Amino acid sequence: MNCDHCDKPAVVHEVVIKNGAKTEVHLCQAHAAMAGYVPEPQPLNVLLTNIAPAARKGPPAPTCPGCTMTLAQFRQHGQVGCEQCYEVFGAVLEPLIERAHAGRTHHAGRLPRRRAAPIDLRELRMRLVRELDEAVAAEQYERAARLRDRLHGLGGEGATAGNGEPLKE
Amino acid sequence: MNGSRTGDAGDLRSGGPWLDAGSPDGDVVISSRVRLARNLSGFPFPRRATAPQAREVIEAVRRAAWPDDLASGLIWVGMNDASAHERDLLVERHLISRQFAQNEAPRSVAVSADESLSVMVNEEDHLRMQVLLPGFRLVEAYQRVRRLDEQLEESLDIAAHPRWGYLTACPTNVGCGIRLSVMLHLPGLRITNEIERVRRAAKDLHLAVRGFYGEGSESAGDFYQVSNQVTLGISEDDLLAEFAERVVPEVVAYERESRRLLAERNATLLDDRVFRSLGVLRSARMLGLEESMKLLSRLRMGLCLRRLDAVPMETINRLFLMVQPAHLRTVAGLDLNDDQLREARATMVRKILGGD
Repeated sequence: MNCDHCDKPAVVHEVVIKNGAKTEVHLCQAHAAMAGYVPEPQPLNVLLTNIAPAARKGPPAPTCPGCTMTLAQFRQHGQVGCEQCYEVFGAVLEPLIERAHAGRTHHAGRLPRRRAAPIDLRELRMRLVRELDEAVAAEQYERAARLRDRLHGLGGEGATAGNGEPLKE
Repeated sequence: MNGSRTGDAGDLRSGGPWLDAGSPDGDVVISSRVRLARNLSGFPFPRRATAPQAREVIEAVRRAAWPDDLASGLIWVGMNDASAHERDLLVERHLISRQFAQNEAPRSVAVSADESLSVMVNEEDHLRMQVLLPGFRLVEAYQRVRRLDEQLEESLDIAAHPRWGYLTACPTNVGCGIRLSVMLHLPGLRITNEIERVRRAAKDLHLAVRGFYGEGSESAGDFYQVSNQVTLGISEDDLLAEFAERVVPEVVAYERESRRLLAERNATLLDDRVFRSLGVLRSARMLGLEESMKLLSRLRMGLCLRRLDAVPMETINRLFLMVQPAHLRTVAGLDLNDDQLREARATMVRKILGGD
């Protein structure tokens, strides 16, 4: 059953009987919070999404198609296996990289003058949009924010792929 | 191959450019090094590469268009053909890392004729190119390694990303993939117990302070290697300006000041340390590596402060290399055990320093 105020699934259901008249209230998490309902505690595996990914239900952890490395292998050695890993494990790498570089998030130095295989930006953008949808659906807002930043960082359609210049925000 | 030849580590006999005396700020800055990490697009990074892929990377790098003036004098050393002793020699000359020496995968190093430039192929990244110069010459080292980088990029497809810059095996190296480092001799700060303050300040500035042989090594002989850690979000020129114009000169001034104060306020203590060191070096019958590094360090400080002039600086600098195990074994015999090595070290040092 959906929320009375939007299309999201309702998580609060209440039957109010006032002066003999019965009213039903169905609210999603956001609208329930706005109406002052105290939410039910979430199951542990949802709460621990960020610190115990293994306990999370969902699709299996990604494997890099370029070098067959898994996320667990990356965590073990702290090194990625190939250039594609930076796309496949982008969401995991992003906060690590920012921490390692004193909060800096974008390259500001030189790049090779030529690049043989320009990154397919359109495909990357489509994948990021997909991941963003998944993150929002799973209410992983921090991840969603990071994905939004990455999409923003990619710029508009056809932006400077392969010309060696950093993409402007 | 541009006329380069394949050699073995024994071809490298000069002792390395970083031993030159009289280099800029050579009283404190032993050497300056700039290292770039690069990977070839389309190949897994060395850790994930198969042996044939690793060999293919080596071939691609050897076939690349190297600068003409460099190519003719390059010596290629195949690590898998080099003996453990030869690999140790290269580590002691700071031409390769310990990790690279000990690894078993196909890997190779190219060294320029004057040993100031080396390129490790299949270390942690496909390419680790460095220029190492004596004294405080970071800008020159950067210019030289950048020229090589730009030249190699003409014929190699280098992995890069618009946001992350140069892509490296370890995400801590992305961006410029650059490591600027100086080897500093800081006996003054060590004796006056100020070295911890330097360490703390370095940490606040996101700099790494390491020992004589880089990552994971101790600060033998009061030598400290200081290098940048942040490589993303700042350009090469800005990094260089910050490091070479602000950070290093400040540490150099601090070390000089502590040496000066030591000489001014505690001349007897200073002379005692210096001459006691000379005495032990001239008399000992057995010398361990760490002990000899420490004694030579004190002697070097005495020379810098003109407390003695019995030994030329060049000799001291050369001894720092010659007391290292692989170099010592080359002279004294490859099959020496540890005790024999300590004896051979003491004998060599006594002879060179005119002891009894």
